[in-house]
Amino acid sequence: MGNKTALYETHVACGGKIVDFGGWDMPIHYGSQLEEHHVVRKASGMFDVSHMTIVDLAGDDAKRYLRYLLANDVDKLKEVGKALYSAMLNEQGGVIDDLIVYNMPEGYRLVVNCGTREKDLAWMQKQADGFDVLLTERPELSMVAVQGPEAIEKAKQVLGGDKAEVISSLKVFQGLESDGWMLCRTGYTGEDGLEIIVPESEVVSFWQNLQSAGVKPCGLGARDTLRLEAGMNLYGSDMDETVSPLQANMAWTIAWQPDDRNFIGRAALETEKAEGVKSKLVGLVLEERGVLRSHQKVVVEGIGEGEITSGTFSPTLGYSIAMARVPADTSDQCAVEMRKKLQTVKVVSPPFVRNGARVYK
Amino acid sequence: MSNIPGELKYLSSHEWVRVEADGTATIGITDHAQDLLGDVVFVELPEVGAEISAGEEAGVVESVKAASDIFSPVSGEVLAVNEALEESPDLVNSEPYEDGWFFKVKLTDESDLASLLDAEAYAAACDAEDH
Repeated sequence: MGNKTALYETHVACGGKIVDFGGWDMPIHYGSQLEEHHVVRKASGMFDVSHMTIVDLAGDDAKRYLRYLLANDVDKLKEVGKALYSAMLNEQGGVIDDLIVYNMPEGYRLVVNCGTREKDLAWMQKQADGFDVLLTERPELSMVAVQGPEAIEKAKQVLGGDKAEVISSLKVFQGLESDGWMLCRTGYTGEDGLEIIVPESEVVSFWQNLQSAGVKPCGLGARDTLRLEAGMNLYGSDMDETVSPLQANMAWTIAWQPDDRNFIGRAALETEKAEGVKSKLVGLVLEERGVLRSHQKVVVEGIGEGEITSGTFSPTLGYSIAMARVPADTSDQCAVEMRKKLQTVKVVSPPFVRNGARVYK
Repeated sequence: MSNIPGELKYLSSHEWVRVEADGTATIGITDHAQDLLGDVVFVELPEVGAEISAGEEAGVVESVKAASDIFSPVSGEVLAVNEALEESPDLVNSEPYEDGWFFKVKLTDESDLASLLDAEAYAAACDAEDH
């Protein structure tokens, strides 16, 4: 028996097929993963993401601490509610986790992965030594992602009042509080939408109201095909503690300036950059039949080998896509060992799909 | 509870076989199997005219979740394959025992059938797998 979110009984009642997901009993789908994927691309769907870990940060040194803890720089967060995507690195430059940090009126809020909760909290606490900061986990908060071209309108319709007004005012990658809730214009699907942090006592009725308004419950299976189409990394698959952000298509999340900001892992990243980054994370496309799957071997003729880190059938495109770690010199073609045969695939830059349509070249 | 028709024969690897009135055999995968696989996206089938042997790989079914080999429960010559699956692989999910069939075989050895599971034994095998 795993951990259960406040929505567990609701998922079961909606016909959710429950699987173990990083120690949590979560719905993988409610009948058809493909149908749920398409509804998010074309209309609106909702995901229970309450298993993710929310940590609030307060104290006089909160900003100084985060500028040391994270590879991206929270000094960029000038407005209240503005969010930043960042890696949290170890001294060797490996990714401990990827997270979103929000600039809150009274400090910062971090949303980190579920499977990494314990090591993240231990690491954050350890690094807090010498800083005047207070870390508070918020397990009493649930989180629902409402995603798709109709998501924002549906959420406004269901919530009404002040919350609808707050939603209307949100800029992309911003989250604002209203009456104990937090409304964030973020997501993991490549569609417009919201991630809404809700007190767990109110989440079941919120979910049911969204469902009555025509927002379809979607499982974590569709969340994975959507995020891969959107070219977003999954922690533990596309990067982990043995991989630096330079090798994980996350160079854009490293704030090198100002020069004198010393963040954990900086020295290791600088050395790696100076010596030349040996591998990179690319997109693969197989326009023929067959499905690319994680851990399949990638062969780059004359250069070397790599590995698929995430692979799936792309429901939007109708064929398979993947992310793979390959030698840095790989150009536009390579081969994947599928069922003991080498199959030629195209190398592309993710994302594959944005706002419902193919975007890679 | 998945649907396990009483008149069919089964392999514990989740293929079913139906012996038709003309003595040919139709093969597919069970309701239980399609449920485990999730949405089916591709099916690779044997070639018409190929000789296949009982217990050997005769194709592959790929779902969003995984790729699985299809084993033939019987030996014989492939008479037909279900071309509708090329356009609509989801028939395997929606009608595993009807329009979602995989291929038809002209039996070379009827005794193959004797070693297959009946519905009750297959149901027991599924239960054992689930627990």
